Amino acid sequence: MSSSFDILIVGIGGQGTILASNILGEACLIENRHVKGAETHGMAQRGGSVESHIRIGGEHGPLIPPGQADLLISFDLLEALRYSHFLKRDGRLVTNRRMVLPTSVFTQKAMVPQEEDILASLKRFNLRVLDAESLAIQAGSPLSQNVVMLGAASSAMPLKPESLVEAVKRLVPKKTLDINVKAFEAGRAAGGKS
Amino acid sequence: MERRYLLGNEAIAHACLEAGVDFVCGYPGTPSSEVIDTLRMQPDRSYYLEWSVNEKVALENALAAAWCGVRALCTMKHVGLNVAADPLMTSAYTGVTGGLVILSADDPFAHSSQNEQDTRCYAHFARIPCLDPASVQEAHDMIPKAFALSEEFGLPVLFRPTTRICHSKGDVELGDIVKSTRKAEFHKDPRQYVVIPAHTRILHKKLNEKQPALRRRLVELGFNRCEIRGKTAVISSGIGASYVEELLPPGISFMKIAAYPLDEGWLAVFVQKHERVLIIEELAPEVEEIVRQVAGTVPVFGKKNGYAPYEGELSPTVVAAIMEKAGFIKNPLSAPQPVPDVPARPPILCAGCLHRSAFYAIRKVYKDAIYPSDIGCYTLGLQLGAVDTTICMGASITNASGIAHSGEPRDVICTIGDSTFLHTGIQGLLNAVYNNANMTVVILDNRITAMTGHQPNPNTGATACGVETPPVSLDAICRACGATFVETIDPYDVTGMINLLQEAKKRSGVKVIIAKQMCVIMARRQGVKRGRYTVNPEACTGCGTCVRFGCPAIEFADDKARINELCIGCAVCASLCPFGAIVREGKK
Repeated sequence: MSSSFDILIVGIGGQGTILASNILGEACLIENRHVKGAETHGMAQRGGSVESHIRIGGEHGPLIPPGQADLLISFDLLEALRYSHFLKRDGRLVTNRRMVLPTSVFTQKAMVPQEEDILASLKRFNLRVLDAESLAIQAGSPLSQNVVMLGAASSAMPLKPESLVEAVKRLVPKKTLDINVKAFEAGRAAGGKS
Repeated sequence: MERRYLLGNEAIAHACLEAGVDFVCGYPGTPSSEVIDTLRMQPDRSYYLEWSVNEKVALENALAAAWCGVRALCTMKHVGLNVAADPLMTSAYTGVTGGLVILSADDPFAHSSQNEQDTRCYAHFARIPCLDPASVQEAHDMIPKAFALSEEFGLPVLFRPTTRICHSKGDVELGDIVKSTRKAEFHKDPRQYVVIPAHTRILHKKLNEKQPALRRRLVELGFNRCEIRGKTAVISSGIGASYVEELLPPGISFMKIAAYPLDEGWLAVFVQKHERVLIIEELAPEVEEIVRQVAGTVPVFGKKNGYAPYEGELSPTVVAAIMEKAGFIKNPLSAPQPVPDVPARPPILCAGCLHRSAFYAIRKVYKDAIYPSDIGCYTLGLQLGAVDTTICMGASITNASGIAHSGEPRDVICTIGDSTFLHTGIQGLLNAVYNNANMTVVILDNRITAMTGHQPNPNTGATACGVETPPVSLDAICRACGATFVETIDPYDVTGMINLLQEAKKRSGVKVIIAKQMCVIMARRQGVKRGRYTVNPEACTGCGTCVRFGCPAIEFADDKARINELCIGCAVCASLCPFGAIVREGKK
C-alpha cells in the first residue's frame, strides 16, 4: 500500500485549485520530496466541479482511492460534501463556509442540502470551517482565497510552513505577492491545529 | 539536470526539446493540447511549429518533414487519429528518415471525448511501434527514445499517453535542451514515396519484414520488463501498471508492458513459468489477446472471461477489485460511497457566452426542429435542449443534410463552431449545397478554439506562434461552397438574430448564419469591459423568464431574480425580460 500523504483539493472551475496544487508540488520540490498529482482540465473551467489529487511522497499512481485521503481541502461547502468519501476515517477536512449554488438549482429546481445539514454530516471528520472570502478580502484581494485555504490546511501537512510560503512566492504573480503571503498567514492563523 | 513539478504534457513537451525536435504540428484536443501549447510558448524556438487545421493535415505535414530527415512531432487526441488514419496507414509503408513521433492521447472514461477508443489498436493495424507510458517521468524519458526508435526502424512511432498521464503531475527529472543541427533535405526516391501499386506491394513486404526485429528491440530497450517473484503473475500496461505496483503484495510476479508490438517468445517464457496469470490493462485487450495465444494450459484471467472491464478507466479501486475477483489478493481498500443526492455541478456555458443566446434564438424560431450539433463548448447546448446529435468533428452539417434528405418532415438547423467548421465542416457544407439539402447551418463564430484552451485557428488572425495572419472569411468560404443565403450577426442582438432566423426559415436550400461574437474568456483576457447588469426588484415580477435562459449569473431567491458577480454585461437577459426589470448597473 502507498505510504504517501494524500491531499485532495476540490472546488469549482475558476477558483484556483490548480494553482493551489502547484504550490504544494513546488513546496515538495523545495523539501526534495517526491510528489504525484492528477487534476481535471478542459471542460472543468466552465464552472464545473473540479478535483486535484496530490500525493506527497507518492511513488506510484496519481489517483487517491476513496477512503484514503489524509486531508481534504474544499473551496466550496457543497463540494466538501460531494468528495467527503475520499477522506479516511479520521481525516482532516478544511472547508470554506461559502457555497456557490449550482445553476440547476435555479433552472431545474434541484434541491441543495442546508448548510447545517452539510456541517452535521461532515462532523465525523476532523473538521475546520472558515470564511475564506473575508480573510482573503482582509489580506487584500478576494482572489487569494485559494492561498487562504492552503494556509488554513497547512498545519495538517507534512511540509514546513516556510517551504509553503516560499512556494507561494515562486508561483503567484509578482504584484500579488504580498497579498498572497498575507493570505497564507491569515489562513494559517484561522485554520487552527489539526 | 533539473527537477520540476510538471503536468504530464509539459514534461512531454520538455522531452521534445531534449530530443532536439525540428518540426511540431497538431490539432488541439483534450487531453493532448498542452504539449503544443507549451512548445509554442517557448522563447528562442529553433523548430517550426504550427496548429494545423485538422489532424490529417497535421500528419501529412509532419510525415513530409520527417521524409526530409528532420525530427517531427505530431499531436492529437485519440479520435483525431481517425481523421489522420488515411496518411497513418500508408506512412508505415513509406516510412521516414527523420524521427516521426505521433502523439495520440487516449481518454479512458471519456472525460472529455465522444468515445473510448484505444490508440494501441491503430499501432497494431498500421504495424508501427506504440509506446504506452505508466507515469509522467516515464512519458518524459520515452520521448527521446521514441525519436531514436523511429529513426532506427524508419517507421513512425505512436506515442499513447492517456488522460491520467497528460493531466497528471509529478516531480520530473529533466535533461538538457538540445538545439538541432539537422539539415532538411528531400532525397527523391519514387519507389519509397510514390505508392503506386508496383511500389506499394514491395513496401508492404518490407514493413512486415521489419516486425520480428522490432519486437526484439523493444525488449532489449527495456520498455517491457518482468520480474519473477512467485507462481502467479500480473501483467499490466500503461498507467494501469502504476496502480498494480501500488497494490501488488510480495510473492506475485509482475510484468510491465510499455511498448508494442509484443515479443511473443519473450512473453511465452514468462507466462509458462506461472500457474495463473492476470492481465490488467485499460480499454482494449491488446496484451490479453497475445497472452492467450502463448499461454497454452496456463489459466489466464482478464477481460475475456469477465474479470476486468472493457470500458472506463482503471484506478487503484478498480484494480484492487479485479485482483480480488481473480483471487490474487484480499482487497485492501475500503470503498466508501459518495454521499447520495448532492446536486450535480456539470460544466456549463460561461455567463455571457455567445452560444447561449444563439441557442435561445434558434429555439425561439425553430420550435419543433431537429438540432444536429458538433464538438466544442457548444455541445453543452444539450442542457438547453438545443443539441440532438453529436458524433464527431464536422458531423453537424452532414448529419443535418442526412436528416433533411431522409424524409424527416421537420426543419433541420445545425450548429458548429468556427474551428470545427474549418476542421472538417467545409466539405459537409459543400456537399449539402451541391445536393440541394433544405437546412440551416449556424456557425457559432467565437474566433478561437475555445474548449481545448483557446488555441488560435485560421479565423483568429494569428498563428500558433503569435504571428499575424489575415483571418479567413467564413462568409467567403460559405459563398464559395455555393450557399447564397449567408448572413453574419452578433448573437447578443437576440431580436436581430430571431429576425434573421425567421428569414432563413422561409427559404429553401442551405442557409448559413454566422453568429459572431468573442469568447467571453478571451474578451476578459483582452480587457473588454461592458459593465454589469442588475435586477430592479420593484419591476421584477418573478416570472422566471431570465432564470430559464440558464445563465450562471442569474439566481433566484425570495421570488425575485438576482444577478451575481459572474455577469459580463452581454445584456441578453435585459432584452428577454418582459417587464424591463433588468438594467445596467448604476442606471434605473
